[in-house]
Amino acid sequence: MILKKLLTTAVVSSLAVSLFAGEKLTGAGATFPAPVYYDWAYSYKKATGHKVNYQSIGSGGGIEQASKRTVDFGASDEPLKSAKLDKEKLYQFPAVIGSIVLVHNVAGIPDEALKLSNTNVADIYLGKITKWNDPKIVADNPSLNLPNENITVVRRSDGSGTTYNFSYFLSAVSSDWKSKVGTGKSLDWPVGVGGKGNEGVTNLVKQTPNSIGYVENAYKISNKLSGATIQTASGKWVTAREENFKASAANANWELDKHFYYILSLQKGDHSYPIVAATFILLPKEKTETNSLVVDFYNHSFENGDKSASKLGYVPLPTETKNLIRQYWKQNKLTN
Amino acid sequence: MHNKHSIKEMFFEHLTRFSAILVLFFLSAIFIVLIIKAYPAIHHFGFSFITEQKWAPNFELFGGLPAIYGSFISTLIAMLFAVPVAIGIAIFLSEISPKSLKAPMGVSIELLAAIPSVVYGMWGLFYLAPLMRDVFGGNGLGLFTAGLILAIMILPFISAITRDALNTTPKILKESAYALGATQWDVIKDIMIPYAKAGIVGSVILALGRAFGETMAVTFVMGNSHQIPNSIFAPATSIPSTLANEFSEVDSELYLSSLYFLALILFIISFIIIAFAKFYFLKNKRSRKIKK
Repeated sequence: MILKKLLTTAVVSSLAVSLFAGEKLTGAGATFPAPVYYDWAYSYKKATGHKVNYQSIGSGGGIEQASKRTVDFGASDEPLKSAKLDKEKLYQFPAVIGSIVLVHNVAGIPDEALKLSNTNVADIYLGKITKWNDPKIVADNPSLNLPNENITVVRRSDGSGTTYNFSYFLSAVSSDWKSKVGTGKSLDWPVGVGGKGNEGVTNLVKQTPNSIGYVENAYKISNKLSGATIQTASGKWVTAREENFKASAANANWELDKHFYYILSLQKGDHSYPIVAATFILLPKEKTETNSLVVDFYNHSFENGDKSASKLGYVPLPTETKNLIRQYWKQNKLTN
Repeated sequence: MHNKHSIKEMFFEHLTRFSAILVLFFLSAIFIVLIIKAYPAIHHFGFSFITEQKWAPNFELFGGLPAIYGSFISTLIAMLFAVPVAIGIAIFLSEISPKSLKAPMGVSIELLAAIPSVVYGMWGLFYLAPLMRDVFGGNGLGLFTAGLILAIMILPFISAITRDALNTTPKILKESAYALGATQWDVIKDIMIPYAKAGIVGSVILALGRAFGETMAVTFVMGNSHQIPNSIFAPATSIPSTLANEFSEVDSELYLSSLYFLALILFIISFIIIAFAKFYFLKNKRSRKIKK
């Protein structure tokens, strides 16, 4: 009898739990912002009881699943142009900003000490500069003792929004890169070895002496890698630090009617780190009900999630940008 | 009673037939899907896909040669290392080793086959690649490292099947040879290996198929570069690692289709290898039956 009672209580209470568990949202896409989305989803669940399930499958997958309506929202590091958004009937807005940093593994050279001009970065990735003591690198680093060793270039082997933004930067600083390799999520790399994901590149750089790679800043911080100092759009040296990422973000010129299509690369300003990138959320136009929930999740995260984003190595959107996004939501009747 | 019994039998018979057909159905279904999905790339590139070297997804240019080349060369390196060592192990275990060693050694070699391939990959990246770098220079990632890892992975397949094949040599044959004054080497070379030849060849071909399709371990240590390397110590890519790396971020139909085309090529090559091995095994059985 007691057992029966216990069982009934268990069944009833589990039913009750599932009834009051709140809404459930599913999103999929970019791997680059995944850590911060997980963190935001966790806090959102604690605050509201609504569950957000984010699958980090890559930007390409995010765009496809949002277009096919198999998820409530998609996420992509590569912004979509208005024409594509209209065709797939999607809304788009940025959610958080990340930065791409050059990390190296040259013995005896600490973080931020190595100065690489933007054209030197392009030449290294083109295979034109092959040694660490190349005169072009030495010229910018007269005080460093650079080894007479081959540079092992490390890059992504999988398609990636990080690669898209990095190659966008290289195309802007080197006409040679633009004509030979170009911009894209996966490229025909002239040199180097490929690692899968940011973690793959991180591992290869850590493993291989005299290597250089590009990763999302969060991976540099958590793995304590040494970064290089590069140049702003006007050629001033700039370190990979949060205040410099923020300087870039503050300069962004977002436009509502372009659905925020904008690439943050090479912003003006003496402290603007040149390779920062926003990552975007895609919403299916006709799904008004889930859209208001997704918007609520991001609004909640805009209000409460800045700290955790910074801690993870991302740059929260500036307040003006957030307000602009709120305006976009209102204009398109995405909020309740 | 009798009726019930026959219904049961009939049911069981149909169930087994259904299961057998199901496998065939899946095999052909996969093949058909691969052809349909690869069709845009087949139509667009034709056979030049197999000979074209450039793989630039952002320009919609896809050539499969570097991946096909990398698969073949890494597999070849693996076979060069694995076959002699594995056959040596098999001969030792079946003929030379003392009885007390046979079981523990046999089991430990079979256990090699139980290690998940991702573990081999991590070991390769964190241990073997730095070692290769120190010995041969370069950055330690490439065809040679991938070939070595593959060799270790296929070793247990070849040695286990070869040992079993060698063990089937009838005692009477070996004893007769010894009685005629043959040495142990003569017996192994002229009696056991010829007797087990079909089994050995079959095991080698099965291992070849496995090495050819291996994904995870190779992805870790191959260097993933879509270029035909100028040395076996330089980074390269293979068909399975290209698929594993690039499927998730595909953004155009032609790109996706080109990956399916690569998958189709892999499927056909593996199919040919396995079919060849099976043919060998079957032929062997038939010929033995006739002898009896």
